[in-house]
Amino acid sequence: MPLWQGNPLELLHTRLNRCPTSSSSKCIYYIISISDSGLTITMTEISPTPHKSIDYTGAKLGMWLFLFTEIILFGGMFLGYSEYRQVNTSDFHDAAKEMSLFFGALNTIILLTSSLTMALSISAIKQGAKVRSMLLQATTIILGAAFLGNKFIEWREHILHGFYPDSPELLTMSHGKILYFGLYYVMTGIHGLHVLIGMGVICFMFVLTQLNKVSSTDYIKLENTGLFWHLVDIIWIYLFPLFYLIK
Amino acid sequence: MEASFYAAKGRYPGILGWIFATDHKRIGLLYLMSTLSFFFIGVLLGLTLRLELMRSGMHLYSAQTYNAIFTLHGVIMIFFFIIPGIPASLGNFIMPLQLGAPDVAFPKINILSWWLFMTGALLAITSLFTGGGAPDTGWTFYIPYSVRTGTNISLAVFGVFLIGLSSTLTGMNFLTTIHRLRAPGMTWKRLPLFTWAIYATGWVQLLATPVLAITLLLIIIERFMGVGFFDPAKGGDPILFQHMFWIYSHPAVYIMIIPAMGVISDIIPVFARKTIFGYAAIAVSSLAIAFFGYLVWGHHMFTSGMSDTARIIFSLLTFLVAVPSGVKVFNWVASMYRGSIKVDAPFLYALGFIFLFSIGGLTGLAQGALSTDLHIHGTYFIVGHFHYVIFGGAVFGMFAGLHYWYPKMFGRMYEEHLAKLAFVVLFIGFNVLYFPMFISGYLGMPRRYYDYLPEFNGPNLVSTIGSWILAMGLFILFYNLFHSLIAGKKASSNPWGGATLEWQTTSPPPHENFDKTPEVTKGPYTYH
Amino acid sequence: MEQKQALHIVGTKTFVVVWAILIFLTALTIEVAELQLAKLSMIANLLIASAKAILVLWFFMHLKYESTFFKLLLLIPIGTITIIIGLTFSDIWYR
Repeated sequence: MPLWQGNPLELLHTRLNRCPTSSSSKCIYYIISISDSGLTITMTEISPTPHKSIDYTGAKLGMWLFLFTEIILFGGMFLGYSEYRQVNTSDFHDAAKEMSLFFGALNTIILLTSSLTMALSISAIKQGAKVRSMLLQATTIILGAAFLGNKFIEWREHILHGFYPDSPELLTMSHGKILYFGLYYVMTGIHGLHVLIGMGVICFMFVLTQLNKVSSTDYIKLENTGLFWHLVDIIWIYLFPLFYLIK
Repeated sequence: MEASFYAAKGRYPGILGWIFATDHKRIGLLYLMSTLSFFFIGVLLGLTLRLELMRSGMHLYSAQTYNAIFTLHGVIMIFFFIIPGIPASLGNFIMPLQLGAPDVAFPKINILSWWLFMTGALLAITSLFTGGGAPDTGWTFYIPYSVRTGTNISLAVFGVFLIGLSSTLTGMNFLTTIHRLRAPGMTWKRLPLFTWAIYATGWVQLLATPVLAITLLLIIIERFMGVGFFDPAKGGDPILFQHMFWIYSHPAVYIMIIPAMGVISDIIPVFARKTIFGYAAIAVSSLAIAFFGYLVWGHHMFTSGMSDTARIIFSLLTFLVAVPSGVKVFNWVASMYRGSIKVDAPFLYALGFIFLFSIGGLTGLAQGALSTDLHIHGTYFIVGHFHYVIFGGAVFGMFAGLHYWYPKMFGRMYEEHLAKLAFVVLFIGFNVLYFPMFISGYLGMPRRYYDYLPEFNGPNLVSTIGSWILAMGLFILFYNLFHSLIAGKKASSNPWGGATLEWQTTSPPPHENFDKTPEVTKGPYTYH
Repeated sequence: MEQKQALHIVGTKTFVVVWAILIFLTALTIEVAELQLAKLSMIANLLIASAKAILVLWFFMHLKYESTFFKLLLLIPIGTITIIIGLTFSDIWYR
């Protein structure tokens, strides 16, 4: 009774489809054929479905260049902030009293910690610790959600007090206060949108990690996601003192 | 020998193989066809404007319609045609070939850029037919009118936002490509000057466009939520809008012109059979123009209410930006000196560029001087100036590039006599149309007005006639290019005897560009 | 163009220490704000924020371990923002 019977090429075909997709590994197969003349073992090295090999540094460069555009995007808003603060200094100080230092500081700590978990998740996958990396990614997402939850609470408070763009309450206030809140909503709003997008991308990475498409030999996608997340953290690092610490 | 890239079998058949293409050559052609279509619409709008302006007191259509038409003319020509312009079409097709690369760094992001471009353009066009109708603010969307007008600003502006995103991603893609995918031996000092230009432009696309993005978003937010950023009643500053708008839109004109200058730098050595004069100076001048371009935006705002200090500083900086452009013009002319010149169509368009761009550039100096600008700001002098630099400059540069790389892209030659005829008609029409604007502007005729005083009748009639001659020239040019797609003689791989890498592969190139990765051992303009 | 992915792995300890410094700096910046030194507080707080940003860039974003090219590249957006805000202020300060 033979150990195995069938068309060796078919077996090879099914094996190929379960090859890891990372470009740096290859599959080595032994084709064993037994004939009347004896046992023949052939060793064949096969690369899985040929695809372009990844330029790791190039992918990283592309991501950094994209981050530059985000810096400039927020830079435009910081330009507006600088002008209006320069012209309405005392009104800005006055308006900042409406902010909750507790929530601001809490959100800062949440985001800093999420940067930590993000960075750790990348170190983990580099070491091949798939489960640990996934747990850390999940933690990052949860911390991001906590940040957004806090923002929701803060915004709700302000809106209930009548401090929202074009509100009758706000229009009775000084110009500086109107502009302060305008800048507050637009800047933290666009920042929050980036937190949400970041969370979505990390979710996607979570799935890819599970499917081994992000692994110890191919982790550039996760690293680039991390770069995005850290930039979002850096922007908050500046937003915090500019809105919460100018009393 | 591999079949040409047109015949390559990808994942998707037929037209889907184009819409979902990841081959930079196909994507370049997609951009070429779409941007030229928008150019065609923009030309029709321009001709319509000139009809209304033919005579004082003419009332072909209402003032509101006129405002919408000139807004549309600007938005389409600038955002849908000339900003994607050379980089997205010729840059996409030719730059990787010049590097000896198989494609750009991020082919999927490349096609995503095109989808964003088309989506943005379609959304903006939709704004004509929905809501309050076509935007009527001028392409500059100045506050307060862009917030107060009932026309469909938000949709149009969001469309432009998407086009901006497309431009940013293309810049990122090209920068990474040039840094990472050069063939062995292709050092920075051996890069063709067209590629140097695409590189410098990439930095402008990357760093300037996000400012446009936030400015446009703020218009939409202002329209919907009345935040008050630019509203003096709420403490806002309308001049801040102009700052933010021009912080992008001035570098944007360098996105338009630097690639065109790159085309000229590649063409002149080939048709003079002589290496370029001052290679390093031209390469560095592209970077210098990109850099200085960030420092001069305030010269669009001399009459806006800015401080005197700012006005003086911006005027001074504006004079500086002319220097690297001057370096290029001098070097091009020096390259021709004692060359063995063959005046084929690409070279003719390059000469046209140098002449027309110089006029445009010199009139730019008249505008950059604060004292004179106070008189000519908002007049037809400005309109004449920017048409000379953008149309006479960037677009003629694009025409030069189209003729130069036509055999490479399509495997056929255009008809040379027709191309020369088109040039002559185009050149005459162009000057008849735009030169009188310097005169009427200097005499005080304001721009963006749908009617004017009878004293300006003369130059306006001349301009309108010029517009018809120009249109005829364009017709001959494009008839030639399209007709030659089917009837042109088959082209060899190197009909012009160029030394840059795109000429070392077939016309058109195969899917992977080169049979074997090229090894570069000499500079791009050595002809021995 | 195959590249061996740089296998430099930053240790957990380094990351946690950086995180602790960041938390400390956050507490510091709140204290400085409480001192109510007006302009001085603002400058100090922006400096502290920049220190935090540099820590995130250097360690979390791996810039310390990247080539000089990447480090120098960052000067470009910083320079651009500086020019944009600086030149605009030539208007705002003198109006």
